[in-house]
Amino acid sequence: MNYQKYRLIIPFLLPAILLYGVFVVWPYAQAIYISLTSWRGVSGNKPFVGLDNYQRLWEDERFHQALTRNGQLLIVLPLVTITIALTFAALFTQGSQQIRGAGFYRIVFFFPQIIPAVIVGILWSYIYTPNIGLLNGILRAIGPGDVSTSWLTDPKTVLGAIAAVAIWSSVGFYMVIFLASMQSIPTSFYEAAILDGATRWTSFKDITFPLIWETIRTSVIYLAIAALDFFILIVVVSGGSTTMGARRAEVAALYLYNQAFESSHWGYASAIGVVLLILTLFLSLGIMRATRRETYEF
Amino acid sequence: MHADAVRTGEEARQAAATQLAGARMGFGSLTFSAVSQLLLAFWTIVVIFPFAWMLVTALKADPEILSSPWTLPAALQWDNFSRAWTEAHIGRFFVNTAIVIAGSLMGTLLVSSMAAYALARFNFPGRQVLFYGFIAGLMFPVFLALVPLYFLVNDLNLLATYQGLILVYIAYSLPFTIFFQIMLPLAKPGLIAMGIFNFLGQWNQFLLPLVLMPSEDKYLLSQGLYFLAVQQGYQNDYGALFAAMVITMVPTLIVYILFQRRLESGLTAGALKG
Repeated sequence: MNYQKYRLIIPFLLPAILLYGVFVVWPYAQAIYISLTSWRGVSGNKPFVGLDNYQRLWEDERFHQALTRNGQLLIVLPLVTITIALTFAALFTQGSQQIRGAGFYRIVFFFPQIIPAVIVGILWSYIYTPNIGLLNGILRAIGPGDVSTSWLTDPKTVLGAIAAVAIWSSVGFYMVIFLASMQSIPTSFYEAAILDGATRWTSFKDITFPLIWETIRTSVIYLAIAALDFFILIVVVSGGSTTMGARRAEVAALYLYNQAFESSHWGYASAIGVVLLILTLFLSLGIMRATRRETYEF
Repeated sequence: MHADAVRTGEEARQAAATQLAGARMGFGSLTFSAVSQLLLAFWTIVVIFPFAWMLVTALKADPEILSSPWTLPAALQWDNFSRAWTEAHIGRFFVNTAIVIAGSLMGTLLVSSMAAYALARFNFPGRQVLFYGFIAGLMFPVFLALVPLYFLVNDLNLLATYQGLILVYIAYSLPFTIFFQIMLPLAKPGLIAMGIFNFLGQWNQFLLPLVLMPSEDKYLLSQGLYFLAVQQGYQNDYGALFAAMVITMVPTLIVYILFQRRLESGLTAGALKG
């Protein structure tokens, strides 16, 4: 019996374990070790330097700036994305009648989420381009003339402009999630509230919001992780990992990429990665603790 | 088929319920729905307009593109598409991508289904550890593994090969796919839904090919498109670039239109439980 069982289990699990072990677990484990070396990639020999890289990171001004930008994203991405997504989801569910064209809106809003990030990035890089770009074209058409700036090189606008692209592409996804969560609330709750004289706003605040809290919380964690991992859009929108725009919007993951693949500081780059991983884990745990409140079963 | 039936029932229930609520709420509902329509229409434009602009630009001649973002093409430049396909090598990148995705998609579904089956069906020592070991992969940022992965693939003589990228794609798709197959049997992901998710995820992948496919004749679409965009600065063939973007979008668009319902319900189920 047992023998029979394992004759099935082992061959079924083996390919997954092998692939996962070799291409996922092993590189991650190595990354932690490499972060303790001053490896430059030229030879197989990796000089062990202990926590030296981490100490240098601690004093690295450029890394601090990068983390500050991650911190800004950490506030802006969840706040703006969830506010917009929640508003749209509420429009669909709190209204007195089914919104006309609801299905159409869902399909359209969700669409940017599934488009390759590279296309989204290139498209927006041309929307932001000063002369032939769409955004300045719109501003020139409706605005008082010279409000148009070079969004992607101005240090004041570049990170915000790229964050806007991320928000633009993910609002629909979170809206659909909130919608599903709202639609699972029994309607009898609302009927009872109406009998008690609740307005649309109070029923949203006192019924909908607490009952979808778990979903909002999950979304905050997703978006927080996205804010720490943020990097592909910066590279693509600003046209390269070492362009002026990318430098002015440089976040930790981009700094890692440049340290590794532009400067061959493999050890230093890996230390950045390990710090980011630790930050991600602590942040997820922290958000889970901070947002814990009574959950309602229904 | 069945999933659609369930969903329609749910929507009908929701519609009836909101109508009931509305009848009682009465006041202000006209304003509410007017404001709603306005906001929703606004966002629709914000989403669709860039894509529409992309499509129109893909049909314009370069001088037209450079003169103003607003002008419509005097004559439709279908030639942009053929230049993108041949001279900008989008055709070759398309074939490369198709080869890699075909292999990795089948591999992902096969390997993860077998593992998920063994993990879900049997009890054996170490089962929990294995399961959480796979799931942990969801938490780890890919770029942390990028450096060692590059050298590992290089050492295995798999750098810039289809097989190498296929194996890596499979390995990095396992956490997500195994998680879904075990945790959400009720969400009816099934093989088709898992296939759709992995198709979109792998088709859109950028970082792994960027690092693991460093030779130009093996470039995948997203990576080739990126280099095309970066080079555009001095080659100035904007029309071909926009046409290349349209071409790259087509497969995603087809999958989305065909499977929109299933995709949405699967993704939301995952997010709600996760």
